[in-house]
Amino acid sequence: MLRLELRPAPSAAASLATPLVAIALTLVSGAILFAALGRDPAEGFRAFFVEPSSSAYGLAELMLKAGPLMLIGTGLAIGYRANVWNIGAEGQLVLGAIAGTGVALAFDESDSLLVLPGMFLAGALAGAAWAAIPAWLRTRFNANEILTSLMLVYIAQLLLSWLVHGPWRDPQGFNFPQSKLFAEAALLAPWFEGLRVTNAFLIAIAGVAIGWLVIERSFLGFRLRVSGEAPDAARYAGFDAKRAVWVGMLAGGLAAGIAGVAEVAGPVGQLTPNVSPGYGFAAIIAAFVGRLRPIGIVFASLLIALLYLGGESAQIALNLPAAITGVFQGMLLIYLLAADVLIRYRVRFGHRRARA
Amino acid sequence: MDFLVAIVVATVAAGTPLALAALGELVAEKSGVLNLGVEGMMLAGAVAGFAAAATTGNLWLGVACGVVAGIALSFVFAVAVVTLQANQVATGLALAIFGGGLSAFAGQPFVSRSIDGIRAAPLPLLGEIPVLGPLAFSFDPLVYVSLALFGAVAWFLWRTRAGLVLRAVGESPEVAHEVGYPVARIRYAATLFGGAMAGLAGAYLSLAYTPLWVEGLTAGRGWIALALVVFATWRPARVLAGAYLFGGVTVLQFHAQGFGVEVPSQLLSALPYIATIGVLVIISRDAAMVRLNAPASLGKPFHAGD
Repeated sequence: MLRLELRPAPSAAASLATPLVAIALTLVSGAILFAALGRDPAEGFRAFFVEPSSSAYGLAELMLKAGPLMLIGTGLAIGYRANVWNIGAEGQLVLGAIAGTGVALAFDESDSLLVLPGMFLAGALAGAAWAAIPAWLRTRFNANEILTSLMLVYIAQLLLSWLVHGPWRDPQGFNFPQSKLFAEAALLAPWFEGLRVTNAFLIAIAGVAIGWLVIERSFLGFRLRVSGEAPDAARYAGFDAKRAVWVGMLAGGLAAGIAGVAEVAGPVGQLTPNVSPGYGFAAIIAAFVGRLRPIGIVFASLLIALLYLGGESAQIALNLPAAITGVFQGMLLIYLLAADVLIRYRVRFGHRRARA
Repeated sequence: MDFLVAIVVATVAAGTPLALAALGELVAEKSGVLNLGVEGMMLAGAVAGFAAAATTGNLWLGVACGVVAGIALSFVFAVAVVTLQANQVATGLALAIFGGGLSAFAGQPFVSRSIDGIRAAPLPLLGEIPVLGPLAFSFDPLVYVSLALFGAVAWFLWRTRAGLVLRAVGESPEVAHEVGYPVARIRYAATLFGGAMAGLAGAYLSLAYTPLWVEGLTAGRGWIALALVVFATWRPARVLAGAYLFGGVTVLQFHAQGFGVEVPSQLLSALPYIATIGVLVIISRDAAMVRLNAPASLGKPFHAGD
């Protein structure tokens, strides 16, 4: 019989070890899955981890995908630490992409250097505004932010669909539901010819750094953590719970909005119906696997980005659907949350000894 | 008249998957387990049901496979949150993401396959009654199954000893444990029932409501079901009424353009999500009322002997 013994204090070592345990379990499950599908697990391992990380193109793609994940993951972590559950980052990202596109289309003729900063500003504000809706509904009406922020994802995607099918559809686009291609001034220039990584990665790093200052080095970060871990103590100390909701929601919304602009101004170059490959949801996993701490989130984002690339290369090399990425992402998070039992408990096997 | 009947039948069909998923979640939550992974379990049920039916040609085997898939995912959830004390909110999100990924992966070969789905059919004799027949006795068989399940759950929770124990575990697992009830086992059972209902709801979508499979087929219905439980203040009859209300909103979007309403189709498609936010706001405004009706230990892990 498996049995749990409460530790006298949560184990810091276990809290760092459980992500590694989760990764190991995911790898083992992945090998079993590949074998069950009649593929050589070693082949699968190579397609997933070696192939994407062994070329300049692969590394550039890794940074391209890890950037939005670490940026959004850090923003979400600020809220999660305060028990504010923004799971609508995907919708906030879409709103950022929409607002960025709005600026890009409005200044289509301009070659001003201010177009891009304007797009990012508009995107950040739009993402934050979309996140402000659940924050307001929670603080004013006590409505659960998990459900409202998620409903707003669907509404954002429908808004996007309306825009690209209607008012913003490119008249020269052969009737495809997409906006016209952005002008030069509205695009992030790639660092290297043929690779897609841009300054958006630096923006993401800067965002993570700000998040690190807020979470690890500021009194605000401390207050948010207390609100999450000990709401009664926070109230006693005069920390405003409503403010925690606002800060937590807006941090995720800002980050997701910026990430949305980086997508349309970077690899996509226009507004399309599928502007995000699920970064808003994958960032939730990055936040947890990174232990809600920015440095951990950077590593977790690189891992999840690798899973995205691995899914693409598994599709080519092993003829497996790229959706296998989602299986691994979900598995990783479930294993992690289950393994977290080791932080607070010791796992013992056998029956409980009789205690005097 | 025929038009009205068509609307009622469509409303019930659109409401049934919501009703089933919400009923399962209600039972799980009554035992204190908050499983936010309903969307993932529904997707698993939908894809498993469709895959089995498309492969074997047997629709009822498909339904059974959908239920089993829902149970399987809820079992993973129960191991994590009941046995291993994992955070219920985060694990529920993880289950939603996992179910989404798994169903997209497993369903790939079945996209664009078509099957002959479960059809609505008038019951013999009863279906021939004028007006009442088409209105009340002309649904597909799963609708009657869902109504029977609602009756059974309401009876179980409020009229049986076992139901009382389940509710007691949700209110105060400490006391239930002291009295000698197996809290963990009861929570497992309630969670698995939730999974079975979510799987059945998913199978209803892919086998009866729209007999096909596409990635993300459930389109947020699992989350709407979660909102319905809160909206219904954890009462089965209100869950059923709420589900049909939402079914009506869904049907409205298909008929609004028929009435000559000139609005973008996307705005109509957004109605169920906007309505969900609306009802959450209305019901949550009174914080004390929600607190009074919600199971007191909802979402809190319980480990005997801490």
